[in-house]
Amino acid sequence: MSAPKSTAGGAVQLWEYQPKPHDPVSTKTLGFWLYMLSDALIFAGLFAAYGVLDQPMNAAGGPTAMQVVHPVAAFWQTLAVLTSVLAYSLATVALKAGSRAGVALGILAAMALGLVFLGLELNDFVTLFAMGATPERSGFLSVFFVLIASHGLHMAFGLLWMLVMLVQIMRFGFTTEVVTRLLSLRLFWQFQASVWVCVYVFVYLKGIVP
Amino acid sequence: MLVHLQGPWSPWFGRLTLGDIPYTNPVIIFAFLFTVVAGIALAVPVLYYRKLGYIFREWLCSVDHKKIGVMYIILGLVMMFRGFIDGMMIRTQQVTADGPHSPGFLSAQHGYLPPAHFDQIYSSHGTLMIIFAVGPILTGLGNIIVPLQIGARDMAFPRMNAISLWLSVSGAMLIMASLFIGDFSTAGWVGLIPLTELPYSPSVGVDYWMWALQISSIGTTLNAINIITTIIAMRAPGMRWDRLPIFTWTTLSTNIIGLTAFPILGVALALLGADRYLGTHFFTGGQGGNLMLYTDLFWIWGHPEVYFLVLPAFGIISEIIPTFSEKPLFGYTTMVAATFAIAGVAWAVWLHHFFTMGAGPWVNTFFSVATMLVGIPTGVKVFNWILTMYRGRITYTTPMLWSVSAILMLLIGGLTGIMLANPAINYTVHNSVFVIAHFHCMVLLIAFAIFAAIIYWFPKVFGFRLDEHSSKRFFIFFVLGTVTVFTAMFALGFMGETRRLDYLYDPQWLPLLIVEEIGIVFYCISVGYFFRMLYVSIRDRGRNQCGADPWGTARTLEFLTHSPVPFYNFAVTPHVNALDELAWRRANGHADTPPDHYEPVHMPNSSMIPVIIGVLSFGFGFGMVWRIWWMAGFSLLAIIALIILGSFMPDPGYTISPEEMREMEAQHRAPGIMADSHPPHPAAEERLV
Repeated sequence: MSAPKSTAGGAVQLWEYQPKPHDPVSTKTLGFWLYMLSDALIFAGLFAAYGVLDQPMNAAGGPTAMQVVHPVAAFWQTLAVLTSVLAYSLATVALKAGSRAGVALGILAAMALGLVFLGLELNDFVTLFAMGATPERSGFLSVFFVLIASHGLHMAFGLLWMLVMLVQIMRFGFTTEVVTRLLSLRLFWQFQASVWVCVYVFVYLKGIVP
Repeated sequence: MLVHLQGPWSPWFGRLTLGDIPYTNPVIIFAFLFTVVAGIALAVPVLYYRKLGYIFREWLCSVDHKKIGVMYIILGLVMMFRGFIDGMMIRTQQVTADGPHSPGFLSAQHGYLPPAHFDQIYSSHGTLMIIFAVGPILTGLGNIIVPLQIGARDMAFPRMNAISLWLSVSGAMLIMASLFIGDFSTAGWVGLIPLTELPYSPSVGVDYWMWALQISSIGTTLNAINIITTIIAMRAPGMRWDRLPIFTWTTLSTNIIGLTAFPILGVALALLGADRYLGTHFFTGGQGGNLMLYTDLFWIWGHPEVYFLVLPAFGIISEIIPTFSEKPLFGYTTMVAATFAIAGVAWAVWLHHFFTMGAGPWVNTFFSVATMLVGIPTGVKVFNWILTMYRGRITYTTPMLWSVSAILMLLIGGLTGIMLANPAINYTVHNSVFVIAHFHCMVLLIAFAIFAAIIYWFPKVFGFRLDEHSSKRFFIFFVLGTVTVFTAMFALGFMGETRRLDYLYDPQWLPLLIVEEIGIVFYCISVGYFFRMLYVSIRDRGRNQCGADPWGTARTLEFLTHSPVPFYNFAVTPHVNALDELAWRRANGHADTPPDHYEPVHMPNSSMIPVIIGVLSFGFGFGMVWRIWWMAGFSLLAIIALIILGSFMPDPGYTISPEEMREMEAQHRAPGIMADSHPPHPAAEERLV
């Protein structure tokens, strides 16, 4: 080899010939946490808008929160989303055991409960539309629908992602990439559940307080 | 749900009709011809030298952080040129439209631009300069320099990096499209509410502005995720936090701002979009909307955005001044603390953009004090730079000239900013061109730093230095232009000239307006020298070749590897022993010690997916702007499908063997940025399709 020998010698180290390889799982998980932070800021903006527009003035003579929210009905939604998270968590327990069937089953259950959640939400929207409470009616209803629909859209994307992951588990098994995605999806799903808890408190429960 | 629009609409073309193409406007025809000529001037050599495949393969599909950075900077410079032409047109309109007896040309009553056209020009000037010029250039610099400074081979997520770039490009292309198809927003770059609402801006102008910002801001958010992860997770061994170069620190802080601020812009624009497309009432005057909600949301992003731009500029100055003072940076720790202090306070000052909106004395006081607090860390920075130069061995190369002038600009812009932070003063001068002159001093300080950075790091990336003779003239005329225009503008602000005027009623302003126009002439000369600088440097590139450290006194890790930087960055990952590693190696006689053997290096493959996503997101934006639902829907579905498809094709990357590496390093023919990055690799070829 023609390259000159290092003159450094002794204690000084100039080059790292075999650097510790970057852990792809932790790098991607860090990136995904940062993405979740930006998503949290989106919801922060929406909740701020809700706080501003949830005033009697902004109902513009139309229905107020008291007239459009049903905390008991929405409680079933809360139950659906939280059990869905539980199902997904059971899937990650199965992931630790390396059981493909267990993970698939957990994800399927999480998807079913997610669909129940979205179905209940759509049903609620249809009822409200039928009584004339549409987003065009007032500033308050605009933010009411957009806040809840933004969360619903996130849930729908989560379901799509689960579908993709089911296919990938079947096709690739538990490769590093697949496991990383399953862990990110868990984060995403739990985050959407916590956003829903905030929605339930700030929209549904606060709505019935006179 | 969908808003019922007046005017024609067809399923295939949406709102688009032949009448939307402003082929009768001579100004736009001239702009169109100019764009066509410039496009041909670029296309002819590419086709003549048969470089189309090369450009597609090696640049458009590249995931190399240096190439992506260079493309960001090219995008930014092109947009800056367009923004400059807009600025020139604004100044020329105002000098020709002063006083009731000023003549009118073309279809204008005064000056040569009718009000609606003038309004579009100042709106696009602001949008272009802030979002599509300065933003991409700084992002590009961060892209190129940060991985090199921390000793990484690439960004944490190379493919996502390319997606960020192409989202920014497609946003910029939407603004370009607005020039020739339809019109642009007349509501300023801030989107003055309720002017941006459908009843007051029924045309597509606001939609262009909104979607261009929205798409590029998604790109910025993704890029922020990427850079933060890179800095946290990809540092070379020994690169402890207390050894992190200052430019990397500022890029980290700026991207934390980017990550947390841009989603708020996304919310503000999405709610505005809901108003315009779905008929909701977020920001309308009636039906329970709240105008101030938009203004607050916009500036909750808008003010951090300003620091998002200025912090990397501070980082650049902090890199260049030590290099050309031949001294370590004075007060490294305080500099980092000051950077994060500014980034933190950035969140608590947004209301100073509308003190006069009547939030009440206590609220105004809070935001006034918070704003003035920014002056403290900024002052720390200024003193640190001055004390770095104190008793240093200063060489006035062009980057140093730009940096020192940037400090002076910061002084003028900063002190007038402290004046404006006082609500009592603000009530008097708000909305006057005094404010315009203030913030132009601030953004021009960023521009100064950008030019310093381009000249400072150009040889690193391309392997030859930029011509000092014309770059010094570029500098002198640019500074002359800046001083001439903005000194006069400060005075005009005190004389009562308000901003955004297409017609100026007071003939007494004319002398100072003429002074401003003279400044524009200086700017034009400086732009000429800029192009001359590029031309002469590229012509004489053989004579201006440079080694690893083109300046001889650089201190940080990026100057350890070859110039031009090979596609693999470092043949062997450096082990970092000190803050200012290169200066440490030079002082201890290790500067020229190469590694004694090589290990296999793993690199990511190129991918077509990012550029296709860019094209599709342009299609989505264009479809939404013109309400061509099939186009928007198809593009959105295709983007989602592509992302899912991409997740089924993980990139195995390719490996450079130690033999290959030794050959490239020994013969010193490590391919630079312009060369084919790698001998066509069977796996890489296969994966492109």
